[in-house]
Amino acid sequence: MNRSREKSVLVRSRSMAATPYLFLAPFMVIFLVFGFAPILFSLMMAFLQWDPVEGLGAMRFVGLSNFDFTLHDAWFWKSLGNTLWLAIASGVPQHVVALPLAYFIHRVLRRSRSVVVGAYFVPYITSTVAIAIMSMALFSTDYGLINELIRAVARWPVIGALLPPAGIDWLGSAQGLKPAIAIVVFWRFVGFNTVLYLAALQGIPEEIFEASYLDGAGSGQRFWFIALPLLRPAIVFGVTLSVIGGLQLFEEPFILTGGHGGPAHAGMTTAMYMYRTAFEFNDVGAASAISWLLFLLVGTLVIGAYRWLKPVDTESRSS
Amino acid sequence: MTFANQQRFSRAAAVAVVALGGLVMLLPFYFMFVFSTHSRVEIFQLPPPVFFGPDFLNNVAILIKKIPFWRNLGWSVYVAGLSTLLTLLFSSMGGYAFAVYEFRFKKQLFGALLSIMMLPSFLSMIPTFIVMDALSWIDEPRALYVPAAANAFGVFLMRQFISASVPREVIEAARMDGCSEFRIFRSIVVPMLGPALSVLSLIAFIASWNNFVGALVVLRTTEMYTLPLALRSMQSPVNTEWGAMMAGAAIATMPLLVVFCLASRRLIDGLTATAFK
Repeated sequence: MNRSREKSVLVRSRSMAATPYLFLAPFMVIFLVFGFAPILFSLMMAFLQWDPVEGLGAMRFVGLSNFDFTLHDAWFWKSLGNTLWLAIASGVPQHVVALPLAYFIHRVLRRSRSVVVGAYFVPYITSTVAIAIMSMALFSTDYGLINELIRAVARWPVIGALLPPAGIDWLGSAQGLKPAIAIVVFWRFVGFNTVLYLAALQGIPEEIFEASYLDGAGSGQRFWFIALPLLRPAIVFGVTLSVIGGLQLFEEPFILTGGHGGPAHAGMTTAMYMYRTAFEFNDVGAASAISWLLFLLVGTLVIGAYRWLKPVDTESRSS
Repeated sequence: MTFANQQRFSRAAAVAVVALGGLVMLLPFYFMFVFSTHSRVEIFQLPPPVFFGPDFLNNVAILIKKIPFWRNLGWSVYVAGLSTLLTLLFSSMGGYAFAVYEFRFKKQLFGALLSIMMLPSFLSMIPTFIVMDALSWIDEPRALYVPAAANAFGVFLMRQFISASVPREVIEAARMDGCSEFRIFRSIVVPMLGPALSVLSLIAFIASWNNFVGALVVLRTTEMYTLPLALRSMQSPVNTEWGAMMAGAAIATMPLLVVFCLASRRLIDGLTATAFK
């Protein structure tokens, strides 16, 4: 009896070689078909001229001409400019606000902490469509609350002189549209970054702050000279996520501009242009080329951000 | 002012600024709910309404007339439910394989998983449409919940959790007792995964509930739309029914806010947990 059980364990250990693959199989099969294959397929399409309606036989290899076309396409460059503008205008303020905010929450708030963190974080989990619908009403030129607020503030002395007296045409003009989109994106993601930095701050030993307190450092100094350098790895990570997210901006501008990019295409991001190239202009080859060019840009910027922020970290640690 | 007083004052000022900022973050939600109870005419007047009105049911009536709202809501629930169930099952199985077994190409597979998690989603937008078209899955809910079931983040999360909190001895002991590998997983491991499964179910449900781009690519008819697409389809250059659209947005947002109030701590930890591991 004992022997036979031992034997069965042995037999099983041999057949067990297949077990991990069986556990992985459902995930892997779906992933290969719907996650991995499409990406390979997209790489292939970037070198093809093809109308999917005509079937696989209609594929024609065209070398680099999709890339050539895209790189000489004024709309592509315009969309890229828009994307970079939006990524910077929404991304930089996110971190500039999230860092001190996280520090403050970490150092000062105790009981009210989860409520405050929750309030800043909740936009991150809401649907972009709901957010966009809401923003369209709030940014409305004549009746929107945001212009209403600006009009109210404009009546004050000094500050009022800095503000335009008439309502800003947020969604109907090229000048207003980009800031409006950037504000919405900022609002949606600032809480996520705050939570990220909060988690990183919790990993910093309390003694470091106590020691500096005894040395007479003010809270501003402690933030600037102690918290910030120690947060550098977290900042690298957070900025990387913002670069990846900012450059693939699609939903907010797509919904806020009704899918077309708004006046003078000021709100047309590269991801949106890719979508329109494929689904409106029926050019999947050029659209795939756009997506890979954008991917190259994301990759370069991520590596760049990493290099730029990282070496200082090792230096400051070794000195 | 003494130093201590001055410090107390600046601290109070900072608390006030942070609290005010938090309120500003929540204001758009407040106005979404307020506007959902007003007619289109009332929303666009000066000054705009700042408190709840009587027109919520009217707005819902308009909503039902303009789009098959209950159907769209039903599809959203259906797709999100199935996405969540399949994600939980396949992620815990995959995470278990990575956490407990040694096998060939394990490191390479896991590395590939991590790097693919980082790939931007726009890369697969067009080919996904072509694959779904080839499968004749266009306008089918399964075009949404089947791909969602292969959740690389979920596998990663479950692997981390199982490595940290399922003792190897328990698995070994069960093996010595002659328990089959799948039964070990089902009757011993899965019951220990409660916290991770609940976080992952929240993340998967919210991702599916809010999924706009995926639905935009594969759904074609209003009858099959999930909520985000259906609500967007009400947008028109003229005569947009703002009150009704707000009511729809409010109904779509409500479940998320309820879930968030109940489990915000867990959800926030889960969404950022993988950041520093």
